Amino acid sequence: MRDIALKAGIALVICLTMAFIALPIASLFLKSSPDAVLRSMNDPAVKDALRLSITTSTLTTLIVILMGTPVAYVNARFSYFGKEMVDSLIDLPVIMPPAVAGIALLMAFGRMGIVGQHLNTFGLSIAFTTLAVIMAQVFVSSPFYIRQARTSFEDVDLSFENAARTLGATRIYAFFHVTLPIAMNGLISGAIMAFARSLGEFGATIMFAGNFQGRTQTMPLAIYTTMQGDLDVALCLALILVAISFLIIALVKNLTHRMYKNVRN
Amino acid sequence: MLEIDVKKKLRDFDLELNIKISRGEILMLVGENGCGKTTLLNMIAGLIEPDEGTIALDGRPLFDSSIEIDIAPERRRIGYVFQSYALFPHMSVYENVAFGLRTRNLSRREIELLVRDHLTDTGLWEIRNARAMKISGGQKQRVALARALIIEPDILLLDEPLSSLDIRKQAEMRKDLREKLRSYGVPSIMVTHDLRDVACIGDRACLMERGKIVEAGRAEGVMSWASIHAEIDGEDRGSLII
Repeated sequence: MRDIALKAGIALVICLTMAFIALPIASLFLKSSPDAVLRSMNDPAVKDALRLSITTSTLTTLIVILMGTPVAYVNARFSYFGKEMVDSLIDLPVIMPPAVAGIALLMAFGRMGIVGQHLNTFGLSIAFTTLAVIMAQVFVSSPFYIRQARTSFEDVDLSFENAARTLGATRIYAFFHVTLPIAMNGLISGAIMAFARSLGEFGATIMFAGNFQGRTQTMPLAIYTTMQGDLDVALCLALILVAISFLIIALVKNLTHRMYKNVRN
Repeated sequence: MLEIDVKKKLRDFDLELNIKISRGEILMLVGENGCGKTTLLNMIAGLIEPDEGTIALDGRPLFDSSIEIDIAPERRRIGYVFQSYALFPHMSVYENVAFGLRTRNLSRREIELLVRDHLTDTGLWEIRNARAMKISGGQKQRVALARALIIEPDILLLDEPLSSLDIRKQAEMRKDLREKLRSYGVPSIMVTHDLRDVACIGDRACLMERGKIVEAGRAEGVMSWASIHAEIDGEDRGSLII
């Protein structure tokens, strides 16, 4: 009897949790009509935001991969002075409120910022440009890739690299032909997470890049702006983001499953 | 001749070894887990740096702390069969065996001929397209050996190459392995826990304890070593197999 009550209790908690997560998402679909969504797809704000979000998030992901892969590999394989500090610094943007990240970027690269004021003397301005959107996205999304990449590199048994070295491979050759392909599923999964985080970035972007349609107004910013006027447009943008999120979760799950299958083998 | 005279401070003890191995000789290293056997192989391969000493092959130094020579692993020409075999899981059997030739920038035609020879010779040609992680333990062992031998190494290192095989397969492989090592005529060092490996494969054997050689002699006389018997009769019965 106690067993049945326990099972019923657990089932109730699971159902309530699922309902809490699913209800708002379901409401998005229930509250929007297909006609209005299709009509909103042609709205310039939606088109601009979609194009800008996809472009900046893709560039951000490429930058994060290029910058993050060496950092993740070195942190996975080597010990060095200050490694703990580097690790903490990498994780900091995950915990830091996005608004704080935005103001921090502004203080560093804004017109009067520590670096920005010097760039300004050469006529270069970063804040409130598309570049600022990318920088804000890189800042908040890089930990998602670096942490996942580090774990993936740690999962690659050192004996594979050692075997490659004894077979005549230099460190670089061994990295590109052995370590990287073995860790690839994990790296792709990390890159997808970074892409997703970039796509959803709001706080740091609005603080550092502003909210200008076609230039810095990404999809989350466009939702915020359009919902004050045309709710259909906001719902259309929200539904696109939900669809992308589902796709990302499916991809990450699939890759993670394959990664652990490889590790087990 | 391979001459090793090295020292290295490990976590629990100091490793101090002085070994000479002639061309074509098979030296068997026996000892309990953590006594420094694999560390020695890794030092010869250049994967771990000794604190001091020399490692030389036919008078050519691979490592010499006094004149700061430390040849990189990729330039030492060493065939190393790892305990786990370390076959690259994302590659086929063919690609695993071809890996060492690709690093040497051989032409596709040369690589194909050599790999075909080695795989046919070891009865692996039929499974050349199989993923390395999908084949049996015995096949993995043969692929690992073929991969180590195809680069025509100057030294062969084998770290418990039979330990993950079942007993029947081990007996079959011992004969094969001995013939293969004999035919290559390079100094070979094989780490094992199994005294049957020592008796069947080796020419000479060394018993290691806490980083030092405590017994050395002909492989066939290994059963008479008092220290091995003490170990078998003592607490560490599981570590050595007779």
